[in-house]
Amino acid sequence: MNYFDKDITSIHQALVNGDITAEALTKQTLDNIKASDSDINAFINLDEDGAIKTAQAIDKNGIDPDNVLSGIPVAIKDNILTNGFTTTAASKMLENFKPIFDATVMKKLNAKQTITVGKTNMDEFAMGGSTENSAFKKTHNPWNLSKVPGGSSGGSAASVAAGQIIFALGSDTGGSIRQPAAYNGIVGLKPTYGRVSRWGLIAFGSSLDQIGPLTRNVLDNALVLNAIAGHDEHDLTSSDKEVPDYTATIKDGVKGLKIALPKEYLAEGIDQSVKDAILKAAETYKQLGATVEEVSLPHTKYGVAAYYILASSEASSNLQRFDGIRYGYRSPEAKNLEEVYVKSRSEGFGDEVKRRIMLGTFSLSAGAFDAYFQKAAKVRTLMLNDFKNVFKDYDLILGPTAPTTAFGIGEDISDPVTMYLNDAMTIPVNLAGLPAMSIPAGFSDGLPIGMQLIGRPFDEATIYKAGYAFEQNTDFHKETPKVGGDK
Amino acid sequence: MADRIDKETVNHVAELAKLSLTEDQLPYFTGQLDSIMDLVDTLSEVDTDGVEPTYSVTDQINVMREDVAQNWGERDALLNNAPEVADGLIRVPTIIDESED
Repeated sequence: MNYFDKDITSIHQALVNGDITAEALTKQTLDNIKASDSDINAFINLDEDGAIKTAQAIDKNGIDPDNVLSGIPVAIKDNILTNGFTTTAASKMLENFKPIFDATVMKKLNAKQTITVGKTNMDEFAMGGSTENSAFKKTHNPWNLSKVPGGSSGGSAASVAAGQIIFALGSDTGGSIRQPAAYNGIVGLKPTYGRVSRWGLIAFGSSLDQIGPLTRNVLDNALVLNAIAGHDEHDLTSSDKEVPDYTATIKDGVKGLKIALPKEYLAEGIDQSVKDAILKAAETYKQLGATVEEVSLPHTKYGVAAYYILASSEASSNLQRFDGIRYGYRSPEAKNLEEVYVKSRSEGFGDEVKRRIMLGTFSLSAGAFDAYFQKAAKVRTLMLNDFKNVFKDYDLILGPTAPTTAFGIGEDISDPVTMYLNDAMTIPVNLAGLPAMSIPAGFSDGLPIGMQLIGRPFDEATIYKAGYAFEQNTDFHKETPKVGGDK
Repeated sequence: MADRIDKETVNHVAELAKLSLTEDQLPYFTGQLDSIMDLVDTLSEVDTDGVEPTYSVTDQINVMREDVAQNWGERDALLNNAPEVADGLIRVPTIIDESED
């Protein structure tokens, strides 16, 4: 199966017409993954038997012509619970963990008859921006195997980019869908906080986490969001706002749309090639009838600092549950209860997870709480106000997704601060709970450049409309990497 | 904003977080956390007088539900994930290590 020249709708049509069965499609997808994954390492575990059984059952009942996802294979980030199938969060802590229920997004996808082929690699517990923090393997960027795929949803993004699969799910706490989408030249959306249920997503920063789709084009992305969005009684932060059909207005064009270009997103530290691509995108939007004007988001430069305190504090609390007792890794050396906790956690967690737990524990500790946690929460308010002010006058914010293209494997990992600053333009979006999407907007030295579109809360429809218009008038999404696909 | 992170602080924080660091790891994490604190300390530049903190951005406030127990009927599957099981119960090492007395 060569996914490079297809989309969800064309595969659906082939399934409905009987040109291919779900079983054959699934087998070809698995073959395709096995052929390229020795280079890419996108998957932690493949569920071959489960996928083929699911496909056979779907073929038996017949493809539903009114359900565009019926019989479509999907890859799932390994921090999203899949009932009975190993879910590791790329941590030694959960190496053998088999969930006893499905995440709500999995229930929704299964109800739409998608076929889960496997679980994708990621930074351990979604902490990182290169997928190098996985306890199991390093994923390689299909555009250049010596480069990282970004992260933390690096396996999902690389798999879609390499044409192994037509869509994947990721999660995004500070950019973990959008930055790997940018590095891999694909489309990745982080929905508004509360748009998609977090039930069954292994928690990292609970006030920031969202699950979202990674796809090769904008329309496919909207089709997947249609399937996974909505209120869930198991996630009381999920919104009860009605879910629109995100494809309904996608072709309406951008005429009259007011787009803001924050000067802080084109400041020092952003690669010239990235700046050029974004300014060119701004010109494209103007030609299509939108207005683009420079604005200011004055607190942008404090986002990374506020985020690392807040996300790490939430993580230090969320990861307390890994105590070596009920599930997960237990140190064989533990002789008493205290050692069960301390040795299991010290042996089970990797360095980045330990760093963040310690930073979070410090920020929440007596004496530091007001100066760090409370201070960061107040800066978060100021950042939220920055966005509110801009959205009084503008429909969308345009900027780069990441300051550079994908960096080399091993390049940044020893310096956490440099690594963290890569997230400077994605993090503010999580702090403010806004929806945002990365789409391909150029290339530099053969590596993709991502452009970020940020919308008002629950206005994913406008992001999709603007993304679709850009895609229809550019060719960046038509480029394919050297590795992967059916060639 | 605060004192620099030193080895003593890192050891204290690790203890609170139920982590133990080896002799090699202590200077490594101390150095890294110290440089992260340099970044974090830039927040002291921001005037936040009179600003309310934001802890969450959900539009759902105080969602109530009935407090009803649900039986998942997954006892065996749950126990399969436990590191050590005996007689249908999760087994743990001695809670009070009497050899230390």
